[in-house]
Amino acid sequence: MDSTGRIEVKDLNFYYGTHQALKNISITVEPHQVVAMIGPSGCGKSTLIRIFNRMNDLIPFTRVEGKVLVDGSDIYDKNTDVVSLRRKVGMVFQKSTPFPKSIYDNIAYGLRILGIKDRRILNETVEKCLKRAALWEEVKDSLGKSALSLSGGQQQRLCIARAIAIDPEIILMDEPCSALDPIATSRIEELIADLKDEYTIVIVTHNMQQAARVSERTAFLMHGQLIEYNKTTDFFTKPSNKITEDYITGRFG
Amino acid sequence: MSRHDTSDLIFRRVLAVFPISVLILVAGIFFELVYSSLPSLQKFGIGFLYHSVWNPVVENFGALPFIYGTCVTSFVALLLAVPIGVGAAIYLAEYAPVKVAKMVSMLVDLLAAIPSVIYGLWGIFVLVPFMRTVIQPFLGKYLGFLPLFQGPNYGIGMLAASVMLAIIIVPFIISVAREVIMAVPFVYKESAYALGATRWEALSNIVLSYGKVGILGAVILALGRAIGEVMAVTMIIGNDPKIALSLFSPGYTLASVLANEFAEADFPMYLSALIEIALVLLLVSFIVNILARLLIWSVTKGQAAEGAK
Amino acid sequence: MKETVLKSFAATRRRREIWDKAMVTVLFLCAASVLFILFVILWHLIARGLSSLNPAFFTQLPKAVGEKGGGMANAIIGTFVLLILAVCVGVPLGLGAGVYLGEYAHHRFAQTVLFVTDVMNGIPSIVFGIFAYTICVLPMKAFSALSGGLALGFMMIPMITRTSEQFVKMVPNQLREAGLALGLPKWRVVTGIIVPSAIGGIMTGIMVALARVAGETAPLLFTAFGNLHYSQSLTQPISAIPLQIFNYAVSPYEDWHRQAWAGALVLIVMVFLINIWAQYFVYSRKRWSAGK
Repeated sequence: MDSTGRIEVKDLNFYYGTHQALKNISITVEPHQVVAMIGPSGCGKSTLIRIFNRMNDLIPFTRVEGKVLVDGSDIYDKNTDVVSLRRKVGMVFQKSTPFPKSIYDNIAYGLRILGIKDRRILNETVEKCLKRAALWEEVKDSLGKSALSLSGGQQQRLCIARAIAIDPEIILMDEPCSALDPIATSRIEELIADLKDEYTIVIVTHNMQQAARVSERTAFLMHGQLIEYNKTTDFFTKPSNKITEDYITGRFG
Repeated sequence: MSRHDTSDLIFRRVLAVFPISVLILVAGIFFELVYSSLPSLQKFGIGFLYHSVWNPVVENFGALPFIYGTCVTSFVALLLAVPIGVGAAIYLAEYAPVKVAKMVSMLVDLLAAIPSVIYGLWGIFVLVPFMRTVIQPFLGKYLGFLPLFQGPNYGIGMLAASVMLAIIIVPFIISVAREVIMAVPFVYKESAYALGATRWEALSNIVLSYGKVGILGAVILALGRAIGEVMAVTMIIGNDPKIALSLFSPGYTLASVLANEFAEADFPMYLSALIEIALVLLLVSFIVNILARLLIWSVTKGQAAEGAK
Repeated sequence: MKETVLKSFAATRRRREIWDKAMVTVLFLCAASVLFILFVILWHLIARGLSSLNPAFFTQLPKAVGEKGGGMANAIIGTFVLLILAVCVGVPLGLGAGVYLGEYAHHRFAQTVLFVTDVMNGIPSIVFGIFAYTICVLPMKAFSALSGGLALGFMMIPMITRTSEQFVKMVPNQLREAGLALGLPKWRVVTGIIVPSAIGGIMTGIMVALARVAGETAPLLFTAFGNLHYSQSLTQPISAIPLQIFNYAVSPYEDWHRQAWAGALVLIVMVFLINIWAQYFVYSRKRWSAGK
């Protein structure tokens, strides 16, 4: 097992136009950890993880200050290859986003754009990733069927399988369960627990129980500031900050 | 209360006169054309469509040269306009700064508003000389081994008409394709980027595969336009009812034979044959439009189902 | 496995980058070439049109072949006459149908009519001309302004129906219910509340349709037919700017070509102005509802 997949953020400020969405954030995510980001909506938690794979580049009039290091190299350096970064840092979105292709082609997509055409490698990867995402048994006889025919929970697992097909080091998950029912949610949570020995996972969630269940460390953001970042067990049992305590006991938000 | 109900019912009945008139009008157009072309339909039967001689003097009418001309010019026009139009639409939707894109779209709409007779005028005095002195000699020199680019170079002819048609339909393709592309949810592009796709890969594999049905609908509607276009084509195609392989050679289309000969059709069978051509045009436009509507309808229905999830 | 991915990534990265850059250029060129053509056309129209345009163009009748000068006064008036006739035919039918479809949208009948209007919108313009010829020119045994107006009016119907239907549908339901709650009968709600609140959009639709038929030539070829003099009555042939442009453009005379360019410039300015005017209605409506 390799020990890559480390994220280190130093004095990060982020602006949408003139609005400052993130203020002076410093946080480190160690390899093979599951880190949960919680906080009221609009606190900047999604914005923060979208910085880790430079997804915010696509939004006009945004500006980043400070340093973000992935495996020691500054991802906002002008020499950074964004495409290479995104290969290394995968992402799963709130809404499942199966491409209008077959299940097989969805998983193979990431490899095909790399020019991998070898059917044997593709077959192997598709099977491996679908098994890893606990979807294989359900779809192995219908790999040629449209991915759009899957249920919501299956689609989200497909997206996870698609993300791991290109062997990322880090997987970012932006509220991956918010559109799913409790059963589908628990399957995704099991999957996260299963994946963490291979990948670093950063998950944004609005659900504190979920953060408590799946993560080893939890970060709490509010108004663009990192209020507290701690081991999950400590975070929920003995928060060191008054605001955190108010939040997790449901006094606001 | 019941007085209101009656007045509402009367109002609805009265108002219904208008949509019913529209239906009657469309049906009327269809039946009028069928009725007026009956003599020709009876005399020539289905052979009208594949008979290749059009000779009013001996009352011999076959529409094949016009069908051929319409098919060739529309096809070549689509060949030119679809890649350029879709390419421009992608650029405007994805790359150009928002303000620039808005301004360019406005200009493109301007292009769409130019009356076809003005295109024809421009075609005669600018496009045709340009085809004769630059484009066709060039094609003849480098692609002259193909039968498509052989024969005398007049400037007027099927190639000039095709280029003209392409210019006429391109704004239409751009505006529909741009809307289709912009309607693809942003998160699908992000998903492709998150897998390490380059911008072009995300566009060509994901955005276009979401938008392809909508774009196909746009292309079919544009085809309908090209088939029905009259003035610009009539003015530069050369109006010669022959079937030639070379794009340099003059041709004739269904719409342009109507424009040229209808007013001088001086005996019933001639008129009837021309009206049958109008009937063919009408039926083709029905088919094209119904096809496009069904496609677009299936897309919007799909989106509605997606939204309901 | 991981090695395969990394190796392939490294091997293809440069090629993908080049491809990505190349495609941006290609796409840019697509957009640029369309714009370029637009500017070339506009430039020719303005340059050749302006140099041929003079006061006589607006005030004089066409001169006979060989004589210099003359104008299109008859065609300019003819175009206005034809457009007025077209409005008389197209607006009541299109508006009536549009209001019906907007108000009773859920009925199956409405769906059918909507579909038929869409199909009607795709009918080639020359077919309308032939239809007007068979129902008007043949029985009256004469080309006439009336038949030309009829052809253009028919063409306007599907466009006006579509926009009126959409704008009537956009009127908030509360307005409808408020009217009905006041005890007003449906016809008063529709004529007194619904149509007035949708009028901005409806007017825009009418103007856009007008702009489109103003430039039409094909439906007039064997209806209005053209006339070198002022038309004395609606049952006589009448000229129109597009018809005159066509006749002059395909003629062999230099001076007539100049007239055609002048006519083209006047026509395009007219069409653009009507289109811009059309946008004003939607804009003023927006401003009105934003102000409330």
